[in-house]
Amino acid sequence: MSEGSDRWDAACQALRLLAVDPAGLKGLCLRARSGPARQTFLALLPALPLPLRKLHPTISDEQLFGGIDLAATLAGETLVINQGLAHAPGALVIAMAERAGADLAAKLAQVLDADRGHCLIMLDEGAEEAERTPPALSERLAFHVDLDGIGLGEADPTPFDLVDLDDARSLLPSVTAGPDDATVLVTLAARFGIDSLRAPLLALRVARASAALNLRDRITAEDLALAASLVYPSRATIAPAEDEPTPPAPEPPEPSPEDQLQDSETRDRTELPDELLIDAVRALLPANLLDGMVPATTSRSSSGSSGAGSKRKGNRRGRPLPPRPGRLDGTSRIDLVATLRAAAPWQPMRRKASPDAKGLLIRPSDIRLKRYEETSDRLLIFVVDASGSAAMSRLGEAKGAVELLLAEAYARRDHVALIAFRGLGAEILLPPTRSLVQTKRRLASLPGGGGTPLAAGLKAAGELAVQARSRGLSPTVAMLTDGRANITLDGMADRTQAAQDATTLARLLRAQGIPGLVLDMSNRPQDALRDLAAQMNAPYVPLPRADARRLSGAITKALEA
Amino acid sequence: MTSPFPFSAIVGQTAMKQAMILTAIDPGIGGVLVFGDRGTGKSTAVRALAALLPPIMAVEGCPVNSARVADCPEWAEIGSKKVISRPTPVIDLPLGATEDRVVGALDIERALTRGEKAFEPGLLARANRGYLYIDEVNLLEDHIVDLLLDVAQSGENVVEREGLSIRHPARFVLVGSGNPEEGELRPQLLDRFGLSVEVRSPTDIEERVEVIRRRDSFESDNATFMKRWRSADTKIRKRILTAREGLPKIVTPEPILRDCAELCMALGSDGLRGELTLLRTARALAAYEGDTTLTRDHLRNIAPSALSHRLRRDPLDEAGSGARVARTVADVLG
Repeated sequence: MSEGSDRWDAACQALRLLAVDPAGLKGLCLRARSGPARQTFLALLPALPLPLRKLHPTISDEQLFGGIDLAATLAGETLVINQGLAHAPGALVIAMAERAGADLAAKLAQVLDADRGHCLIMLDEGAEEAERTPPALSERLAFHVDLDGIGLGEADPTPFDLVDLDDARSLLPSVTAGPDDATVLVTLAARFGIDSLRAPLLALRVARASAALNLRDRITAEDLALAASLVYPSRATIAPAEDEPTPPAPEPPEPSPEDQLQDSETRDRTELPDELLIDAVRALLPANLLDGMVPATTSRSSSGSSGAGSKRKGNRRGRPLPPRPGRLDGTSRIDLVATLRAAAPWQPMRRKASPDAKGLLIRPSDIRLKRYEETSDRLLIFVVDASGSAAMSRLGEAKGAVELLLAEAYARRDHVALIAFRGLGAEILLPPTRSLVQTKRRLASLPGGGGTPLAAGLKAAGELAVQARSRGLSPTVAMLTDGRANITLDGMADRTQAAQDATTLARLLRAQGIPGLVLDMSNRPQDALRDLAAQMNAPYVPLPRADARRLSGAITKALEA
Repeated sequence: MTSPFPFSAIVGQTAMKQAMILTAIDPGIGGVLVFGDRGTGKSTAVRALAALLPPIMAVEGCPVNSARVADCPEWAEIGSKKVISRPTPVIDLPLGATEDRVVGALDIERALTRGEKAFEPGLLARANRGYLYIDEVNLLEDHIVDLLLDVAQSGENVVEREGLSIRHPARFVLVGSGNPEEGELRPQLLDRFGLSVEVRSPTDIEERVEVIRRRDSFESDNATFMKRWRSADTKIRKRILTAREGLPKIVTPEPILRDCAELCMALGSDGLRGELTLLRTARALAAYEGDTTLTRDHLRNIAPSALSHRLRRDPLDEAGSGARVARTVADVLG
């Protein structure tokens, strides 16, 4: 059996269990790009005992929760109410779930929490680590299935035996859990650093469904193992066990001291429930466990408060734009005057067509919506030089300045991101966020030393800026360095090439129209940096012997200019 | 729809439960802010509390749940004069809700088809005399936050738009929850919440197992489970009702007032809202505990939840203000 077909079997097992208890297990998050495996899997979905309903990430409130069918109401002159998808139980299939915003996530979470028999299938087509489904939703769903890399030959398209599933469903209510089952699952969750109590709850329900599927009325160890291996791996935050080498994460997320304390406490207190169980789950832990956790915990804040396009032409607030014809879907507001104006010329003609009608004769095509344009949120990307030369002289000051700026960014409600470059490359210490707690924590643990890969820092900043712009933020790059670039983009120690690389990337930033700011923190102002700033079309601020407060003042001034 | 999880069956989370009970005794305290991780039972507690509370008497069909026919707003055009009992309303305010849905707007359907100018009430109207629950309150759009602030303070929703001029009562208890890692809450809104509590996942395995056990039996054997906890829930409800009656009779000694003021001065909290909330909450607690006189113990008990979110905050101080409050309380009250 190949690795792919194993994973396929696990995915099918998850779907089968979901079909046994769709409302209790809440659903499944499917991470896969479109391809034959995904296609085959979707073809199996009708096994769910619920009508399938497709959603898209921009679904309106009316479609979700129901509302007035305006077109029908106007045509028939009686109130016609549309039933929303949330009204009747169904399996909601949401495509491109990684694009779903925090607002849709909150609404769907509300639907799931209402226990009206809904289950949710999220199709996550995210290409990159940072593109993820909203955690508020994925946390509520029992299963996470990854089908990437499964070939057509490995995906077995045989449909499930529906009679078996029906039998299991009728048996489900009589399945009993043993007194220790909950203990085993909770202890296991603690060992994997899963804090949320939803995970063991869902696992227990999975175990129940699994017992029912095997036509037993008691949960066995086998069911528990299956439940743990299906529910826990995607939620694990630590790899348990002594012999397991911690994956070398670039910047391990810092658990707060209390967390660490609590982890070790819980671990000490618990007897090993069953080494077999732990092994079963550990085998399925994603390889990039710790890498994956950083975006998982932070991506939300950035997608949560940003719009879809960089223009951010919304219909809720900001500077008014001319009204535009459209449908009233609950997210937009009608421009009444414009609507009446549009309807006015047609009145005599419509009156002739329907002489008995009272009042104004308005057709759906007359409706005009209000539109507004708002300025988007600013994102300050700090690119901090943590190389040996900078560390010796000014890293402490730079940190101080960044902290001050962060406090100001907080007051202005800006978003902040932090990139550090040292050694052979650059890393994003903090993806765009508004959370100061995190920023502060990451900054405090920023180590110094090594070469100055200036080009790598600029590259990372450029990529982040473009990404942020596509989310509707306005990025600004603030670069703090002492300017002696000595590591090339591909990590070689070559001073000339390194300087050239830096210049190329500075030009690239300028071409993309990303505003910037270069702060020279070396003891003597560097011509090289002045040139670099010119290439970026960015203000150059030399700050010899500046304290943190002056540095912060300089940046604020340059940004406001 | 199944009935919500019983309030008394929620394991641990004493601070959150106490804060919610106190706002139920005296809605004037002004709302609870619950900050904490996912899956710690925040929304479960809110829904459970609503189910626990005694039903309110309201005019049938009244969009703002008026208690008397005379209080019904004119625009609602209620034909019925019947007063019926209905459960305490708990209204969810989803993120991304439009201004129209929150405050109410012109009833477009009636305006267009019948040419009538009518008001379609929003979520604030429905939340009157009940609870307005905002999950992920820290991610709420700023302009909605402004709106909420305004209404929460005045207890009245004023709509002046599209040729409408409507006002209706909107007195509700704001309950907000969120995860601070995902974004901060504006200080103005923070201050407007009466109490703030921080919830964490229980760290004790036994406690966690107990949570799972109870939830599991709630789901698999609902009827028995509800029956088992009914008496405990009723006991809490009776205590809340008794406390509501006893609340006006609580004696507040002069020294306690001084303590309140000193505590707030020492903490440097902005404005006088801190003292007022501290006093109100302490009185509610005294009533709940069946005492007739306010003592320092009451203050000590509720000071962290009433004050920790009001400190002039240092945005870079990550130790949390709870520790600062505890220290100051120990200094001032001894």
